[in-house]
Amino acid sequence: MKSDALIDLLVADLAPLRLRFRARLRLELACGGFLAALILLTAIRLRPDLGAQIASPRLWLKFATTLTLSMASLGLVLRLATPGAEARPWLWALFLAPLVLSFGLLAEAMATPAASWPARLIGHNAPYCVTLIPLLSAAPLACLLHALRQGAPGNPGRAGAVAGLLAGGVGATLYALHCTDDSPFFVAAWYSLAIAIVTLIGSAAGRRWLRW
Amino acid sequence: MGLARAEAEWEALMRQATAGDGAAYRRFLAALTPVLRAVVRRNCGRVGLDPGEAEDVVQETLLAIHLKRATWEPERPIGPWIMTIARNKLIDARRRRGKAATAPIEEFIDMLSAPGVDDDHDRLDLDRMIARLGGRDQSLVRALAIEGRSVKETAAILNMTEGAVRVALHRAIKRLAALFRGEES
Repeated sequence: MKSDALIDLLVADLAPLRLRFRARLRLELACGGFLAALILLTAIRLRPDLGAQIASPRLWLKFATTLTLSMASLGLVLRLATPGAEARPWLWALFLAPLVLSFGLLAEAMATPAASWPARLIGHNAPYCVTLIPLLSAAPLACLLHALRQGAPGNPGRAGAVAGLLAGGVGATLYALHCTDDSPFFVAAWYSLAIAIVTLIGSAAGRRWLRW
Repeated sequence: MGLARAEAEWEALMRQATAGDGAAYRRFLAALTPVLRAVVRRNCGRVGLDPGEAEDVVQETLLAIHLKRATWEPERPIGPWIMTIARNKLIDARRRRGKAATAPIEEFIDMLSAPGVDDDHDRLDLDRMIARLGGRDQSLVRALAIEGRSVKETAAILNMTEGAVRVALHRAIKRLAALFRGEES
């Protein structure tokens, strides 16, 4: 078959695009985030003292870290899955979240006695943290992978991993509304571990499902 | 034709195509194919692929451009988008031959300055893929592509509705791309 025949075939299959890839990915992420929020509100519940803690700088540090991570990984995953897009600035943006958290760690180390650090690091609910964050990340990750199947990532495993990072960031943001361990030490240890688990799952799923 | 003008024209055609204009889409693909072929052939030589495999890479790239056209943002230049897809398909082809998985990137400026190459010999790879589609998908693709029939005529021949032909065609094109990747046996 000559390429003319292939062109006939492609033209016959042309349909108007309803939604471009980037818009679709954002939409599906919103759906996944909404589902995860429902799970949080119905099955996991908000922390009872959320209202009282709303002005706590430790709480805001958690949100600042997880939201920075989510924004940077959203920017990165969109570009990784778009041929010809420049991903490098967004790769650098990924370092903002650890930077924000480092400031928190430094502030916590200066504000609290060293004797209290182990207890702050271990916290009260570490096992919940490393199970509930991946659980809350499941719907966003599934939606992101579904949207990414419309994309064209040059490296499927890498795109899947960044999707995992993004889903982990969304899951962690939601979990922070439930979690009462507010020390940056706890966040650095357990939130990171939980998000790393989601990232690994995303990477494996990407290699499996995002080839094109 | 000036480089910027050629790229701008392809972008204009692709914008019309994504709105559903089949004539513009045909003009875009017809203008793109010889240029794509030239650049892929030259790169095949550079990365150690047999020049005969270039046509497979060209056809796989055309399929990918079609299936992934939603990833092109109308405000972005189309040249780097096309070249990145072609390069990915070249890397895939080389990986399938068990060779190292990096390929030099040619700039789009090279692509447009290259003289186009017409298809001077029938390559059989896509034919083989179509044969592997089997059954109704195969008859459908043959009618549309090789016999040059319209969707309406094809629907009448296969005793299907036009809508069903379109759905089956889209699935068959996705399967063709998967067959090129070696994902279906």
